[in-house]
Amino acid sequence: MTAAPLLATRNLRKHFSLRGGLLHRVQAVVQAVDGVSFEVHAGETLGIVGESGCGKSTTARLLMRLVTPDAGDVVFDGAPVGRPGGLGLRDLRRQMQMVFQDSYASLNPRLPAAMSIAYGPLVHGVPRSSALKRAAGLLEAVGLRPELFANRYPHELSGGQRQRINIARALALEPRLLILDEAVSALDRSIGAQVLNVLIDLKRRFNLTYVFISHDLDVVQFVSDRVMVMYLGKVVEIGPVEEVYGHPRHPYTRALLSAMPSMDPDHRIQQAPLGGDPPNPINPPSGCRFRTRCAFAEDVCARREPPLGGVPGPLTVRGGLTPPSCSPAHDAACHMLVPGSGHTRAA
Amino acid sequence: MSAVVSVRDLAIRFVMRERTVHAVNGVSFDLVPGEVLGILGESGSGKSVTLRALMGLLPRRYTRIDGQVRVAGRDVRALSDVELADVRGRQVAMIFQEPMTTLDPVFTIGEQIVEAVVRHEHVSPRAARARALELRELVQIPSPERRLKTYPHEMSGGMRQRAMIAIALSCRPAVLLADEPTTALDVSVQIQILLLLRQLQRELGMAVIFVTHDVGVAVEIADSLAVMYAGRLVETGPTRAVIRSPRHPYTQGLLASTVRGATRGQILEAIPGLPPDLGEPAVGCSFAPRCRHAETRCAVTAPAEHVVAPDHVVRCIRAADGSLPA
Repeated sequence: MTAAPLLATRNLRKHFSLRGGLLHRVQAVVQAVDGVSFEVHAGETLGIVGESGCGKSTTARLLMRLVTPDAGDVVFDGAPVGRPGGLGLRDLRRQMQMVFQDSYASLNPRLPAAMSIAYGPLVHGVPRSSALKRAAGLLEAVGLRPELFANRYPHELSGGQRQRINIARALALEPRLLILDEAVSALDRSIGAQVLNVLIDLKRRFNLTYVFISHDLDVVQFVSDRVMVMYLGKVVEIGPVEEVYGHPRHPYTRALLSAMPSMDPDHRIQQAPLGGDPPNPINPPSGCRFRTRCAFAEDVCARREPPLGGVPGPLTVRGGLTPPSCSPAHDAACHMLVPGSGHTRAA
Repeated sequence: MSAVVSVRDLAIRFVMRERTVHAVNGVSFDLVPGEVLGILGESGSGKSVTLRALMGLLPRRYTRIDGQVRVAGRDVRALSDVELADVRGRQVAMIFQEPMTTLDPVFTIGEQIVEAVVRHEHVSPRAARARALELRELVQIPSPERRLKTYPHEMSGGMRQRAMIAIALSCRPAVLLADEPTTALDVSVQIQILLLLRQLQRELGMAVIFVTHDVGVAVEIADSLAVMYAGRLVETGPTRAVIRSPRHPYTQGLLASTVRGATRGQILEAIPGLPPDLGEPAVGCSFAPRCRHAETRCAVTAPAEHVVAPDHVVRCIRAADGSLPA
């Protein structure tokens, strides 16, 4: 992991103002994404998980510049996006594309499949005949026979077929990175599995990098190399998938994982790991945002926000060794993991 | 024990001007008091339609129902609208996926519970209010006194779902029908609602039919499972048996597609193809076109029920004659 990341964010922030009343004044601020930094390396899949309101979809939209960040930077292949001397939006979107959850709403109902796919290349100056040829090739690549599907309209397709068209369209400009925002969440399981297979196949074939956003912890575990867990606009934990799922360090990650259905009739879940609903991202709690639902919360958690930092790996605990620097970092944001933080459970 | 719900050869067609949809094609099952049955199926499998038939909720104008549906000893299909209104809420109650569309936005939660209690138990509004308070405590809503005065839009998703459960249970029904009540919830809230339903089911001794597309949710709640495909129950049995040793190729494919335990990044053994168009009545096995093990005879004969173990029934010709590869 010494190579420069393909995509990086630095302190990305987006607050949405809620206006109302007679004078249309700001009544409240939704802190959708608040100081989010992470890196995505070429060829990997970064999974982003979290519950509603955690900011995972806003993060995706910020990456694509579908919404403008209030602060912070998105850096693609070393070039800051939308900065002087950096990467323009047009170039960014040639390199990075997105697939949304709602396969129907994201297709133009008046364009047949092949035209939807060819549209981007046409806009970017590719001649019509070669754009359509590329569309046919992409239909083939997502497992739809061009002679059957090229001229079909979105309403003539099933949900799974439409999502394949969306994936083909996202690939039409030969991007290097794909953002998949709940791309299989609306599909039935058997169909979702087919689309996952298409995604796995395409990633290998075109050397793609994925940012895979989902609320489905099973699917994220299956597709991701690294996972980022978000809670109320903050990153609470990030690390290699085996580490985060196998040795979760943040109390929220642990709770989230133990709320997953057991799939075992003999070991059903007996107690809910978390009470209440995820709080509203309007006026989030001070300090650590998870403290209102955390079983270990203490005074320090309300006073100070815990930094996202390296967690002592199993090696450090056992032998006092630091993990080898070549392995990707496992970071979590919790006072319990910071020596001297003032939390009684901290080392 | 005599069944509190008994369904025999239920077939439901929607006959519309342009086309007919064969939504349910010969479903039979029994539910004894206190049993939790999970109906597992994907979109269009007929699971919700079956559930609605038990409540007499399908539009009479274009629905054609054949077969027998008995709930709490009464023939649902023979009941008049007035009689149905007495049965609903009193003997059988239903909760839905989206509480926001089920609850009335212009009345407080308290008023909505009181309405149901007064309607069915013919008690004074004062007594009904006391019962409402009790119910809110039962469904574990914090500070129930204050919450009774709130409107649905003022509550979180999980709280609204609890409120809907409170209304459904207000008259202590013998049967609770649950149509994907946790699907719209976050995973941390979903498990809270499932545990609540499990606890209430035990305390009140209700029978529950829980419809879901999510295998994990079904395993958490159901004593027995019925896997539905294209309007038929392809496999039924105790939850443990169906999950541990699924016999129908569709059930096997469905379990594989949950991706739990799959090797990361490896191609999944997904079920190919799409569910059938239900415009025509199925001749053979509806799953045959997508089945890896299908033979010519599968497309010709509709598979009959085959008992593979006590209470474990599968509808697959090849599972029945033991010719399915393990």
